[in-house]
Amino acid sequence: MTILFITLKALILAVGLMTAAAGELIMERKMLGYLQYRVGPNRVGPWGLLQPIADVVKMLFKEDIIPRDADKMVFRLAPMVTFFVALAAWAIIPIGPGMAMANVNAGLLVFLAIGSMGVYGVALGGWASQSKYTLLGSMRATAQMISYELAMGMALIGVILMAGSVKLDDIVAAQAGGMYRYFWLPQLIGFGVFIVAALAETARTPFDLPEAEAELVGGYHTEYAGMRFGLFFLGEIVHLLTMATLISLLYLGGWNGKGIFAALPPTVNLLIKVACMIFVFIWIRATWPRFRYDRLMAFGWKVMLPLAAVNLIGTAVYVALWAPKA
Amino acid sequence: MFEGVAGIAKGLGSTLKVLFRKKTTIQYPEQKKPRSARYHGRHELRTYENGLEMCVGCELCQVACPAAAITVLAAENDPNHPHSPGERYGYKYQVDLLRCIFCGMCEEACPTDCLHLTQEFELANWSRESLKYQKDQLVNRSPSQFKVPMNVYPPFEGRKVVKA
Repeated sequence: MTILFITLKALILAVGLMTAAAGELIMERKMLGYLQYRVGPNRVGPWGLLQPIADVVKMLFKEDIIPRDADKMVFRLAPMVTFFVALAAWAIIPIGPGMAMANVNAGLLVFLAIGSMGVYGVALGGWASQSKYTLLGSMRATAQMISYELAMGMALIGVILMAGSVKLDDIVAAQAGGMYRYFWLPQLIGFGVFIVAALAETARTPFDLPEAEAELVGGYHTEYAGMRFGLFFLGEIVHLLTMATLISLLYLGGWNGKGIFAALPPTVNLLIKVACMIFVFIWIRATWPRFRYDRLMAFGWKVMLPLAAVNLIGTAVYVALWAPKA
Repeated sequence: MFEGVAGIAKGLGSTLKVLFRKKTTIQYPEQKKPRSARYHGRHELRTYENGLEMCVGCELCQVACPAAAITVLAAENDPNHPHSPGERYGYKYQVDLLRCIFCGMCEEACPTDCLHLTQEFELANWSRESLKYQKDQLVNRSPSQFKVPMNVYPPFEGRKVVKA
């Protein structure tokens, strides 16, 4: 019986995520257009709202090409790994108080573990394609992702120290009491580090050299056609949604609201914050140029990691000496 | 370091400003951007006020065309039913729009200002043959402001037969 229940919850989550990913797709294209002095797609439905459906239909109808020398099993496996990991990370993310699909006691650690597996899809995809572009792209993407994961993990530990628990519900509950009690303020450095690391994890501008069209044609997903590319693409968008939701939960107070927002249901509060975060990500994509790869790596190891470490030490000192004992 | 942060923050500000401006997108095909007055579009052969064609079949446009897109065959006017003032007219006039590079050399070469490149550029079609515009598709018979110039064309009464 519980298995049925769990399957139902998983199905609802998956369908909801797909819809959210489609919504993010059209929102991103329209917002990028508006930020670039032009109108985004507006032909397919009213305001272009049916554009993702058109995109998916197009991808489904494309011919499935597998390069002759490609490792067939790994080639087929790589997009599935990316997609699976992106969806699996949502198992522990609550969209309301107590509304995570799997309310485990080690919530954030599970997220870190699953998130690290996302690197496999990129590495395998690029290698299995047996092409120089893809190999370079995937190696760069892999190195970038694991470098910034360290900084991200350290910033997360700062949050965990401040909240005193690894469960996401507890972390959100510890931020109750208005805008200035949310963790972005005491953890300002960690907030910045986490946002930058999130951008680098999802390989978004300004860290999108692994898939920069001018440099690498497509990076690790050059040789993928049709729905296989669609899986990579959707996985990337879902990963972006994960990061935006995590930032909202960990640093922006989650579903806590004050003033007029207190009257709204907590899920709506969270969704408003997630939408704002996604807007910020798209805004950044429309504005900033790309990092050169060596500077990207130097930035990750020589700037982000020390900053995160300083944040961690400062938080640890504060919690040990001054924080009220729970 | 802070001037770097200030720089990228200023960049974010300029993008945000654009968000609230009116967009420059022109919704083609519902709205079309007007072309310049001298735009090189499709060819047309103009006519005089009295209905005579301006084309005298001199074939200068054919010679001037760098892409050999124009084919002209001239014929003698029938004095009773002249097509153009003067002795000859363009009997066959064909422009192959697939060879044409829309450079305007033919328009410059025409001595009677007959050939004119209009502003029509939506010329796509389904077959190669249909894009070789013949004279009937190119002549513009709508009322025009051009008058037959004085003292240019000698009166033509037909070919004089010279008896040896």
